[in-house]
Amino acid sequence: MHVVKLAKLKLADSEIPKFSKQLSEIISYVEELDKADFSKTEPTSQTTGLENVSRQDKRNTETVLSQDEALSGTESVQNGYFVVDAVFESRDE
Amino acid sequence: MDILWWMLYLNQEMNKKMNIPLTIKETQEGLIKKKFSAVQLVDAYLARIEKFDKRINSFLTMSDELAYLQAKEVDRKIEDLGKEALERNPLLGVTVAHKDLFLTKGLRTTAGSKVLENYVPVYSATVVKRLENAGTITLGKTNCDAWAHGASGENSDFGPTKNPWKKEYVPGGSSSGSAAATSAHFSLIATGTDTGGSIRQPANFCGVVGFKPTYGAVSRYGVIAMASSLDSVGHFGLTVEDVEKVFEITKGEDGKDSTVRNIKPKTTNGKFKIGIPKEYFIEGVDPEVEKSVKEAAEIFKSQGVEVVNISLPHTKYAISVYYIVQPAEVSSNLGRYDGIRYGRNRGSFGDEAKRRIMLGTYVLSAGYYDAYYLKAQKVRSKIIEDFENAFKKVDAIIAPVSPTPAFKLGEKAKDPLQMYLADVLTAAANVAGIPGLAIPSGFSNKELPLGFQLMGARFSEHTLFKLGKLYQKTVDWKPKIAFQ
Repeated sequence: MHVVKLAKLKLADSEIPKFSKQLSEIISYVEELDKADFSKTEPTSQTTGLENVSRQDKRNTETVLSQDEALSGTESVQNGYFVVDAVFESRDE
Repeated sequence: MDILWWMLYLNQEMNKKMNIPLTIKETQEGLIKKKFSAVQLVDAYLARIEKFDKRINSFLTMSDELAYLQAKEVDRKIEDLGKEALERNPLLGVTVAHKDLFLTKGLRTTAGSKVLENYVPVYSATVVKRLENAGTITLGKTNCDAWAHGASGENSDFGPTKNPWKKEYVPGGSSSGSAAATSAHFSLIATGTDTGGSIRQPANFCGVVGFKPTYGAVSRYGVIAMASSLDSVGHFGLTVEDVEKVFEITKGEDGKDSTVRNIKPKTTNGKFKIGIPKEYFIEGVDPEVEKSVKEAAEIFKSQGVEVVNISLPHTKYAISVYYIVQPAEVSSNLGRYDGIRYGRNRGSFGDEAKRRIMLGTYVLSAGYYDAYYLKAQKVRSKIIEDFENAFKKVDAIIAPVSPTPAFKLGEKAKDPLQMYLADVLTAAANVAGIPGLAIPSGFSNKELPLGFQLMGARFSEHTLFKLGKLYQKTVDWKPKIAFQ
């Protein structure tokens, strides 16, 4: 299932039929939106009507985390950095 | 010395059995008049939770230490300032339980998911801080469907919450623990979120008042995001009056959520008109549910409120719009859980989370975006228009919250689509960003709670509260809890 990879999920082979069926049913249901013609309607992405809300580019200490606080969510840290999976493969010289 | 010990023990036991007040007013009067102290209140609440919550499973994390700290502070303030303490801290002495979606600094927050089973936030949500500053006492974090995905509480990774009225029944979801805790009187107030009905529906199933504010009335800062254009931060209480008092504290700009605006409510002339939307009384709505809503409409009529029929023609598309837009936004918001900075990796997601992430990814993917997501956004405009047209004619809309009263555990759990259809009467309000107030009205033949909801135009909460209080006053509503 292409979406599984796109969504960075992993499914066991045994799970795929169950999820495929459920997702197909849901997609079939929502396709009822095709029944009427909405081609001339403007889309709405959010309901506040607000646009381009901005604030001063000033530091708000209430929303700043210290380095320790920022790193506190995981044990996988080293020298003040988060440890992540290698992006590049090592190449044998 | 034995006598002393015995007296102390008896005193503690008596505190635990005290009749805990059912409203904010009673609680604060009792504290000011020194009928009891805040510490004694906490003793009583915690004893009650200790005794009964194993069978209900409404709490995931208790915060006893914090509660006593805050209670001592409350007692100190009353000692020093007396009645004046209430002016500075309007919710002084009010116990609160937070849905586990609300970040609470230093107190574990799981979102109901194994992914965050060990996550301890380093900051608190705006709503949490504001309630704290107003004098509330935090008792703990409540259970919910994982990531707020659900309408029954059965999607929690930590076991389902039971309906305190009948334990083989669901309390509703996703704010299952908060609704149950309120109706079991484990806390005076509980916070929740409503993205497709997740406050109003469990409130309805548990016989308590549930409030969903206008999208943009209360800051979402520090609340774990589900669907960013639909999430609404609200709460539960036993009376409309109490729920209104809490909203006075939580509402308004905080400089951290750019969708929030302070809006001055328009003055009303006292004469209200309520609309009954025919599309909300479709086949599939339980006759007892329909009867309870029509009876509520009669109550309003008896008080001089005009009740008229209205139509919201695009109601039938609300579920489809919701189940395209919401999973799309969910798939984006849950992208941050990669196990690197916090939490476990994506292998720990439950089935429902995976389902919604995949659905969302699909409708946003290249080649499908126009057919699904863009189309849903267009129909969204139509649903918004339906409500705008209705609110030109009426001040509020009365409707059922759910097609049926609470259903049994396991009844809908195997068919995700059936579970989604349960949102049919609540999701439209989220799609349109309007407020909703769920009010209990009685019980079904099976002794399960019944109720109705009032919906209003954006930022018309004051109208909903006025009407809600009018209803409760007219029927002489006494706050009801599920058991003593």
